[in-house]
Amino acid sequence: MQAVALTKQVMSEGAPLLILDRLEFSVSPGESVAVLGASGSGKSTLLGLLAGLDVPSSGKVFINGVDLFALDEDGRAALRGRLVGFVFQSFQLLPALTALENVMLPLELAGAAHARTEAAAELKRVGLTQRLSHYPRQLSGGEQQRVAIARAFAAKPRLLLADEPTGNLDSVTGARIIDLLFRLNEESSTTLILVTHDDHLAQRCQRRLHLDHGVLAPE
Amino acid sequence: MNSFALALRMLRREWRGGELRVLAAALVIAVASVTSVGFFADRVGRALKQQANTLLGADLVVVSDHPLDAAVEREAMRRGLKTAHTLSFPSMVLHGERAQLAEIKAVSRSYPLRGELRTAPSVRASGAIPKSGTAWLDERLFGQMGAGQGAVMAVGNSHLAVSAVLTQEPDRVGVMFNIAPRLLMNLDDIPATGLIQEGSRASWRLLVAGDAGRVESFRAWAAPRLKRGERLESVSDARPEIRAALTRAERFLGLAALVSIVLAAVTVVMATRRFMARHLDNCAVLRCLGARQRLISRLYLYQFLLLGLAASLVGCVFGYAGQMVLAQRLGSLISAELPLPSMLPVLQGVLTGMVTLLGFSLPFLRQLKDVPALRVLRREIGTPRRFGLLAFAVGLTAIAGLVMWQSGDAKLGGYVLAGLCAAILVAALLALLLIRALTGIRHQAAASWRYGLANIARRAGSSVAQVTAFSLGMLVLLLLTVVRGDLMHSWQSTLPAAAPNRFMINIQPDQLQSLRNFFRSNHVAPPGLYPMVRGRLLAINGKPVAASDYPDERAQRLVEREFNLSWSDRLPEGNRLVAGSWWSGDEPSAARLSVEEGIAKTLGIKLGDNLSYGVGGAVFSARVANLRKVDWDSFRVNFFVIASPGLLEKFPVSYITSFYLPAGREPLLDDMVKAFPNLTVIDVAAVMEEVRSIMERVAGAVEFVFLFSWLMGFTVLYAAIAATRDERIYESAILRTLGASRKQLLLALFAEFAGIGLLAGLVAALGAGGTGYVLSTKILALPYTFNFWLLPVSMLAGAAAIGAAGVAGCYSVLNQPPLQTIRDYG
Repeated sequence: MQAVALTKQVMSEGAPLLILDRLEFSVSPGESVAVLGASGSGKSTLLGLLAGLDVPSSGKVFINGVDLFALDEDGRAALRGRLVGFVFQSFQLLPALTALENVMLPLELAGAAHARTEAAAELKRVGLTQRLSHYPRQLSGGEQQRVAIARAFAAKPRLLLADEPTGNLDSVTGARIIDLLFRLNEESSTTLILVTHDDHLAQRCQRRLHLDHGVLAPE
Repeated sequence: MNSFALALRMLRREWRGGELRVLAAALVIAVASVTSVGFFADRVGRALKQQANTLLGADLVVVSDHPLDAAVEREAMRRGLKTAHTLSFPSMVLHGERAQLAEIKAVSRSYPLRGELRTAPSVRASGAIPKSGTAWLDERLFGQMGAGQGAVMAVGNSHLAVSAVLTQEPDRVGVMFNIAPRLLMNLDDIPATGLIQEGSRASWRLLVAGDAGRVESFRAWAAPRLKRGERLESVSDARPEIRAALTRAERFLGLAALVSIVLAAVTVVMATRRFMARHLDNCAVLRCLGARQRLISRLYLYQFLLLGLAASLVGCVFGYAGQMVLAQRLGSLISAELPLPSMLPVLQGVLTGMVTLLGFSLPFLRQLKDVPALRVLRREIGTPRRFGLLAFAVGLTAIAGLVMWQSGDAKLGGYVLAGLCAAILVAALLALLLIRALTGIRHQAAASWRYGLANIARRAGSSVAQVTAFSLGMLVLLLLTVVRGDLMHSWQSTLPAAAPNRFMINIQPDQLQSLRNFFRSNHVAPPGLYPMVRGRLLAINGKPVAASDYPDERAQRLVEREFNLSWSDRLPEGNRLVAGSWWSGDEPSAARLSVEEGIAKTLGIKLGDNLSYGVGGAVFSARVANLRKVDWDSFRVNFFVIASPGLLEKFPVSYITSFYLPAGREPLLDDMVKAFPNLTVIDVAAVMEEVRSIMERVAGAVEFVFLFSWLMGFTVLYAAIAATRDERIYESAILRTLGASRKQLLLALFAEFAGIGLLAGLVAALGAGGTGYVLSTKILALPYTFNFWLLPVSMLAGAAAIGAAGVAGCYSVLNQPPLQTIRDYG
């Protein structure tokens, strides 16, 4: 993963506001990187750009050698489906689907033949074998995030993007989730980019990037 | 990838969530409503098509109001066609002490040429038609006369022995058009009865059947040779009166069913809007997980297609059940046996369901594919655009198209559309005003009520939709029940207590004196006896009249048939001159006519016009001296055309009268008919009873169709509840944490929905009252008294039903522990 002169500028109250200013960095396969920064430092914007959920004002992002923004919106979606997994602060599980069905979803979208068994296996990896047919609202916050992690790993992504994965959890549960995330990351040798303002969490990553007013500060 | 299979799985999961159920329910009801009418119409259509020649009893019939020229039958036989004759007319039938008006039908040996006569197995007939000297009675007459096999019926001057009970007659379809029960006899016995004389009102029919080509060539020969009062009925136009009545009934029921479609569209809009709002996040997640826009579009389109198809098919099943109710209420008015319906209405139902669903949901679904994936990180982006009515152009056009199609003609369709729009608009405006007014009074209410009523005003848009939907359904039900009863009652109360209740026709000139004596000797004041001559209007001011000159159906009929003409030296009681003057005794030789105002207008007759009439073979002409207004409700004998004395006396004449027979004096009629067997007595009460029972059944069918719209009101209600569910759950939780008791919350919910029901009831009662007023004063010319029960009954019924349904719909809200709720939705 490589970011080249990545810039994001928006109009705010009639004046241009620079959120990300010519960011340059790259992440090697299998590496884990934490992006740290205070609220409003541009962390979430960066994550959105890396995932191709948003487009930059200028600059490029390469994933697996593919220029993300040379693709159209649907092309980026297809690339996400193939290569990128997500874990969100607010879990983003589909409320109408059971835990199992939520994990099946990316597999089904990719047209996998054995979505059900693969999804069940993923849920077993996160220790939720007993919760397959529960709906998100019947699960605790920690359990919901585990389902979300299972979903993220289900499609065997090369790159995992996590946005404050412990933000909505108490510290004990959060710590367990982090353990799980890193264990699975290691097992699957996935590249991990994690956005957080939690130093403790950041310490577990191999490398840390500090974002301050749209500029990457040296470590 | 198989997006269809994925959509199917997603649909199954969504279905479990329950959100799509109200959508499905709306479609099921709408399609059931449309197809119940569709299936029924289909059965009737098939009955008319398959049994057309049976309905006719022949392949072609020459119908005439006078005996046909024998040359017509000779020509048919010359062409190798089979022929038969029937003659039918009303007459009194006597058995022992009982007299009863019957529809006499006399048939020749080969009758019927198509179809068959059936008789009850208990009294088995011998022979294909009644033998000379015998009669077959239908079940109704058989019962009314208390006759047994072999009982002797007096018909005119003849006596006929009952030899069978008639259960089916091919060309007698639809009790709707038969006031009196049937007596079937042999044509050879007619002369002996003495009932058919020159000028008698009867229908002569020559039945023709055979090879299709020959029938057609006979038709081509006969058509240009038809005389006045003669017409052809063939398989394609068999029973035009039944066809016309049924077409009208189908159109009306079909349009009534469309009300459900309109309400279904409202439900679809409400439910899909919520569906979209709840799926914005889902779609963003799907985009995150790599779904392309096209896939998302397809997934939701397929889901809705599948849902629409399934719900429409279920609706068809209910529609099939519903048509049985319609057939039971209306079927007997048409035919004893209706064939099973075809599956064509299923297509109609599915099409209607799909158009309603897709036409009103696609604008929302289209927005789902446009949700930016970034919404997963920033919820504030990707909120849906608002859009106006224009987005529903497809759906609205489709509904307008359905209305046009159902009404079968653009003008009527336009009126119905305009009427529907106006009704919805007026109801909505009224609802809005009332909701505003509610804001004013709610400050006086107790806390729970205040909170509930405040909710109605807060969700004004959805409240207006609910009030409108419910009030339209209730309005129709009120019109059909309360207002209809009121109108009947107010009409009956305008009738004088001793209004004539019997008409007597066929009185011969030589019977006048003995009839008067009969009345006197039985202590009943002899009624006025009016002469009657049957004549046909030939020309106005020397210009021949033809039915084709008139666009109006009624005018055409009036020109076709013979008029009952009378003469008098003074203006009849209950008549009022509106133009010209009445003739006086000092100009007895002048030939003058007095014409009823309405018929003069219909036929374009003006004061001073010279009218020529044909009576038998002779022709007379006279000038219109005046126009009269007639009070038809008086049940007195009235004539469209009255001549001055001296003009008609030379023609064959019979007399007519009407009189009041007090209750309990009915045996007098039996004696009268025994003494004067040729008289025909028509019981006005019995005729009215028959008309009332037909109206009752038709109203029952209409009520049934509107029951669907009423049910549909509930889907609108549930869609509205579902749309506000999250909000309600959250608010209840807050109220609970503020210390509100469960009872208080329940009361607030009840207040809100009962309030909506109350308003709907009020709008419906005002609408029904207003419609009743217009109907009664403008159309029926009756004094209208507003039924004050209408308001409280309608409002209370609305409040109770909708209050209960609303509370039931929200009940689960109250069972959520407040803490969890606040965490989930906060």
